[in-house]
Amino acid sequence: MSGLIAILKKNVRQYMMVLALVVAMVAFGLLTDGIFFRPVNLTNLVLQNSYVLILAVGMLLCTLTGNVDLSVGSVVCFIGALCGVMMVDLQWNPYVAMLIALLVGALVGMWQGFWIAFVNVPPFIATLAGMLVFRGLGQVIMKGQTKAPFPREFQLISSGYIPDPFGGLTIGKIHLHLFTLLIGFLIVVLIVFSEVQKRKKQKQYDFDLLPAGIWLAKVVFIATILVAFTVVFAIYKGFPNILILLGVLVIAYQFVASKTIQGRHIYALGGNRKAAELSGIKVKWVMFWIYTNMAVLAAVAAMVFTARLNSATPKAGQNFEMDAIAACYVGGSAVSGGIGTIIGAVVGGLFIGVLNNGMSIIGISTDWQQAIKGFVLLSAVAFDLYSKSRSSKIA
Amino acid sequence: MPNNSILLSMKHITKAFPGVKALDDVSLDVKERKIHALVGENGAGKSTLMKVLSGVYPHGTYDGDIFFEGKRCTFSSIRQSEQAGIVIIHQELALSPYLSIAENMFIGDERAKFNIINWDKTREEAMKYMERVGLHENPNLPVNRLGVGKQQMVEIAKALAKHAKLLILDEPTSALNEKDSAHLLEILKELRDKSNIASVLISHKLNEVAAVADSITILRDGKTIETLDVVRSKQGTVSISEERIIKGMVGREITEMFPKRNNPIGDILFEIKDWSVQNPDNPEQKKLDGVNINVRAGEVVGLAGLVGAGRTELAMSVFGRAYGEVITGKTLIEGLEVDISTIPKAIAQGVAYVPEDRKELGLVMIQNVKENTTIAKLKKIAKLSVINEHDENIVAEDFCKRLNTKTPTILQMAGNLSGGNQQKVVLSKWLFTDPRVLILDEPTRGIDVGAKHEIYTIINSLAAQGMACLLISSEMSEIIGMSDRIYVMSEGKITAELPSKIATQEEIMRNILNN
Repeated sequence: MSGLIAILKKNVRQYMMVLALVVAMVAFGLLTDGIFFRPVNLTNLVLQNSYVLILAVGMLLCTLTGNVDLSVGSVVCFIGALCGVMMVDLQWNPYVAMLIALLVGALVGMWQGFWIAFVNVPPFIATLAGMLVFRGLGQVIMKGQTKAPFPREFQLISSGYIPDPFGGLTIGKIHLHLFTLLIGFLIVVLIVFSEVQKRKKQKQYDFDLLPAGIWLAKVVFIATILVAFTVVFAIYKGFPNILILLGVLVIAYQFVASKTIQGRHIYALGGNRKAAELSGIKVKWVMFWIYTNMAVLAAVAAMVFTARLNSATPKAGQNFEMDAIAACYVGGSAVSGGIGTIIGAVVGGLFIGVLNNGMSIIGISTDWQQAIKGFVLLSAVAFDLYSKSRSSKIA
Repeated sequence: MPNNSILLSMKHITKAFPGVKALDDVSLDVKERKIHALVGENGAGKSTLMKVLSGVYPHGTYDGDIFFEGKRCTFSSIRQSEQAGIVIIHQELALSPYLSIAENMFIGDERAKFNIINWDKTREEAMKYMERVGLHENPNLPVNRLGVGKQQMVEIAKALAKHAKLLILDEPTSALNEKDSAHLLEILKELRDKSNIASVLISHKLNEVAAVADSITILRDGKTIETLDVVRSKQGTVSISEERIIKGMVGREITEMFPKRNNPIGDILFEIKDWSVQNPDNPEQKKLDGVNINVRAGEVVGLAGLVGAGRTELAMSVFGRAYGEVITGKTLIEGLEVDISTIPKAIAQGVAYVPEDRKELGLVMIQNVKENTTIAKLKKIAKLSVINEHDENIVAEDFCKRLNTKTPTILQMAGNLSGGNQQKVVLSKWLFTDPRVLILDEPTRGIDVGAKHEIYTIINSLAAQGMACLLISSEMSEIIGMSDRIYVMSEGKITAELPSKIATQEEIMRNILNN
């Protein structure tokens, strides 16, 4: 038992967040008489939060350097406006327009990255300027109007579901999306397999091992949750396209952050910029690419958001930057940089999303929701600092 | 009051930091109306002693007693020591650059009524104190428009405004030219004779010390060695010679601390030619001026000098131009000129630099041993940018074994290791880059004796493998014990080159001080 407590203490932040997410979901499940867990609601939850989660993935890299990007909300508006002009006004091929939108996103990021990395403008200032500039430009492009409707192909990003080549399976009244089930089970198998591999390696190097029982419980827990969600989605219309996009992004960025040279450079830069520089890391270029990447992801989020609303509006993306930043810090990023994970940011974003969604169903007004989100952010970070100061005192 | 003439008495002060005893039973008596010099090598404990006195280290964090004007002092902050009349002027000036002379002088002690500053009174009083230190400037002038010498005068005037009875000056002349230094020393004498203000002068410049001090206390390795009273004849000759002070400063035995090394020394491997660097903080000053040094394969070359002589600046400007502006000169490896103008290029050419400050510059403290070990050359263990975790683990484990790094696992955070083990991780990081030239900047600073010995053994084995090692150290015994050859550096220039066989601490100190 004491061993278990020691393990929990060591990874308290990680486990707390996942635990909080589970508790919140169960609580809302009970409070809403199960409405929360209905397939249609869970699908909605994903759709509602997808763009913030996409932004959080990029924002996490910014927070790793000890900074944030305040411009992403405005970039969402700007790129949305651009999409509106290309697809609604000019009737361009939506795929060409989407590619152009991504490229413009990259240019926007390079612009900001240039000032941050090579002119040494503090990111806070550079992106605050970007926040004003791109909101303004977005409104200029739209001339204050809303652009709609968008072509069908474009809307499918957010409103479509993956196809089912197997035609589905009907059991009584329930229709199951077979392809969704297949993908879900494949993912579970992959996760279990990689966990087993990881444990084998840890044993080999004599690292701190979770006791076998706890490890098994953890793996079973993850697998059960994933299977449960897969089934829920399969009962409704299958996985939404957006969930697949989100999944691919999260896995790809988690991989880059944890397994590649580039990822390691970002963490080292965030942990100690001077030491990183003296170790031969091109810190300026790292900063440049982080902010370029952020704007590209903002462009992706812009398309997802615009497609979901089926319109581009001058107010689009307002406060998105705050939601994304909050997701990172709730998800365990250190304000001083160098600490945080993509998965953590996603869990943080989901936690906020679950609170929003659950509170809406119960009927708590959006004003209160806003305030409650604020308290959650504050307590998450305060808890983080408290547990850190305590552990440093022990050491 | 037992003795009327004693102003300050520090008795049996002992101050320990984790792993190091910075002060060990140090006593110091400063008499009224005297200038008392405090001398010693870097790390001898001078600054620590003054921090104890001024309350930076509050009462209770050290052992021993302090009496000022006969009263026992228990300062817990600088404010309290200043109220008692002890004012410390630090090496780095503590002025706010964009505020005026007058504003700076009364920072924290504003001439105000009901929280509203009386500017007339502020300026008037500022003028009064400026007069006493011979500073004839407009009190409304921002201090960044003054030269360093005059800024130093503002500091002293500020101390007078606090009604200081004892001034403590930590290396006040290290950044000043000769004229300003002479002026400052003159002011100290005037304050002593006319205003009854005593001073404690910490200085490496022994000619100054001999010129103005009434007594000299020598510290060495955190202990008081001796206090010498200076008697001046009418012709101005002094009873204490600089030689005498140097002997007291360095008179330490070199024990079996330094393991023997018998490897053959090869050809010149690394050369720095005509290296000059402008001081980025002061474009008029050359931080390094025409430096020429070389290191042979299998050789350990020492670079001796005081803090601020430009040794670290030399190392960092050579290593990927990590320091300085307008750098001129050549770097050669095996006789061929090499481009090491960026850090990645330097690493690729086999040059490695173990920095002075391992916490700030050497390690990412929140990352683990493994990540710190491989960070400078991840390419070696990666394919298409993907790090091979298995290889990385093997590398990290291997270095821990080779350097005897004591860590529970390679996943331990670097910040949780002891100083000596942290230094071994920094060494691992640089050895992982397969260097031919290894520059070590104060590699044993702040680590305990056992770990020091291990680091020396590692350096020896690297030299034996044919590496060219350049060792920067402020510990004279370390330089002599470890080096085959020693360069002495002073104020940005190489002032001597000595084979270690004939080098003595006195000889090196003389070359440092008499340039």
